[in-house]
Amino acid sequence: MSTKEWPLWEVFIRAKQGLNHKHVGSLHAADLQMAIENARDVYTRRMEGVSIWVVESKHIHASEPSEQEALFEPANDKIYRHPTFYNLPVELNHM
Amino acid sequence: MAETKDILIDYVLHLADNSMILGQRNAEWCGHGPVLEQDIALTNITLDLIGEARSLYQYAAELKGGDSTEDSMAFLRDVTQYRNTLLLEQNNTDWAYTITRQFFYDVFHYYLQEALINSSDERLKEIAKKTIKESTYHVKWSSEWMIRLGDGTEVSHLKMQNALNALWEYTGEFFIPSTSEMEMQEKGIGADLNALSIKWRSKVEEILKEATLSIPESSFQQKGGKTGMHSEHMGYILADMQYMQRAYPRAEW
Amino acid sequence: MEIKLEEIFQDKIDQEIKIEPRDWMPEKYRKTLLRQISQHAHSEIVGMLPEGNWITRAPNLRRKVALLAKVQDEAGHGLYLYSAAETLGMSRDEMLEELHSGKAKYSSIFNYPTLTWADMGAIGWLVDGAAIMNQVPLCRTSYGPYARAMVRVCKEESFHQRQGYEIMLTLTKGSEAQKAMAQDALNRWWWPSISMFGPNDDNSPNSAQSMKWKIKRFSNDELRQKFVDVTVAQAELLGLTIPDKDLKWNEERGHYDFGAINWDEFFQVVAGNGPCNKQRLKARVDAWENGAWVREAATAYAEKREAKANNQIEAA
Repeated sequence: MSTKEWPLWEVFIRAKQGLNHKHVGSLHAADLQMAIENARDVYTRRMEGVSIWVVESKHIHASEPSEQEALFEPANDKIYRHPTFYNLPVELNHM
Repeated sequence: MAETKDILIDYVLHLADNSMILGQRNAEWCGHGPVLEQDIALTNITLDLIGEARSLYQYAAELKGGDSTEDSMAFLRDVTQYRNTLLLEQNNTDWAYTITRQFFYDVFHYYLQEALINSSDERLKEIAKKTIKESTYHVKWSSEWMIRLGDGTEVSHLKMQNALNALWEYTGEFFIPSTSEMEMQEKGIGADLNALSIKWRSKVEEILKEATLSIPESSFQQKGGKTGMHSEHMGYILADMQYMQRAYPRAEW
Repeated sequence: MEIKLEEIFQDKIDQEIKIEPRDWMPEKYRKTLLRQISQHAHSEIVGMLPEGNWITRAPNLRRKVALLAKVQDEAGHGLYLYSAAETLGMSRDEMLEELHSGKAKYSSIFNYPTLTWADMGAIGWLVDGAAIMNQVPLCRTSYGPYARAMVRVCKEESFHQRQGYEIMLTLTKGSEAQKAMAQDALNRWWWPSISMFGPNDDNSPNSAQSMKWKIKRFSNDELRQKFVDVTVAQAELLGLTIPDKDLKWNEERGHYDFGAINWDEFFQVVAGNGPCNKQRLKARVDAWENGAWVREAATAYAEKREAKANNQIEAA
């Protein structure tokens, strides 16, 4: 009775030329072609995009939430990577 | 002169009625599709079709003048005044019939726009320029479904072949010109249906081949819709569609 | 260990840090969310039916396309919400199975019939209005995917209520028959609409925990009061009478007082005995069952095509 469910896909949309594709949500589709079309029909009904990426959800690899501290906190004290770390005379205006 | 205008109106209404009636039929699916994503997809197509019909009805209403509006065109003409082909008023039956009907129309509709882009009538030309973008997508969508279901499972193949067999006899009518179509073609306003027929046949054969479906042997073709000789379905479609306008004449909604 | 995790979890919630799918969460949080989000999704797709009922009969072309687009949006909202729920580990098919078997619930309001065109106005104005009251705070709900889905829903939903109110406005400016149609629709939809917020707070057992987890941000009664307060003026503008003789401004509270809700009726409808429960469920089950061969065929075709592609790679 129960049939195999269509795979889940993640949808990424480029809102306009010059911008990154951004994750907007997911959907089900039987194949790649259908996934792109479904993404068009579901996620661009209000002129939200000019380009679509889809990727089957199972192909997404993610970092472990438990490693969050080890992965991301070491960057916190490297403030010399930011322009505000450097003291320059006001007269310099823009640099 | 007045007569030419009447013929143009008749032609514009034919174009409008085709998309309107198919849109009306497809709209019955909204909320009942085989899967959520496709419910949404078909409704997008429906909205394109009704949108196109509105542009054409507005044009027809302007040509007609007086107090005509897009709504008087759609809601206050009776069965025999409707000019859509018989194919488009057929029951939805199931997804196989719906897709097959859609596919036959999409291919026709696309090549029709291709011709109307060169119409000597500026307004039709403008409408065609917008519509062809929509119908390009429609053809792609319904072609893929034809192939997917024709070459899917045994069950889906059988259902598609049955739908194809049942609907085939309504496809010839696209290419049997009515008086107004002949006149419009002569004036460079309408499409050359002979040329269109060849393109249609070739595209349909290409897709059906890939879909492992075959065209039925019988060559008999029904006609009548374009001149107002509709099937019995049409009365019910209009009863539904025009109910409010008929029950409450001249009301604003 | 578990206790510590739960503390960290609650701490994040208190700090308004969103919970994401792979983060640790209490099993009950996951279950509560799953139930709430899937119920919400079911409500969207069952909610397509009472309005879908009028698409083919819409009185003019402008209304027809607006209604179609609106009902289509509801399919989209169902889809966004199912997707959010899927991140909690249940597939959409499993959720649908629960809907079809009657195990899962959906908003009781959709079990009332749409009798006249004015019902399209009343649903847009009142039912969507009530839904928006509920949904706007959910854009800040603690679970990331749910909150993101709700942002999308709310953005799209904003035309729905305006669409409904405009229908009502046109009717009340129309003929006597149209005015009567509008009043009749308000009479029938008012009480179900304010029941939509759910049981009174002292009768809503899961609310406290949900508030603590910020799955819910306002109580049923708070939202209901807010809805009544804004709707009264809207009804006045239409020249329509809200069918509640106890409705009156309470200066002291700064709110409208309103009459008692018939909770017997509400619970009967929730239990499956509303006027349209059986038809609504049947329509969903039929759509699903009649679509089974379509879904199967698409899967079979995709598999065939993949096998073919693989063969070609091997042969090369």
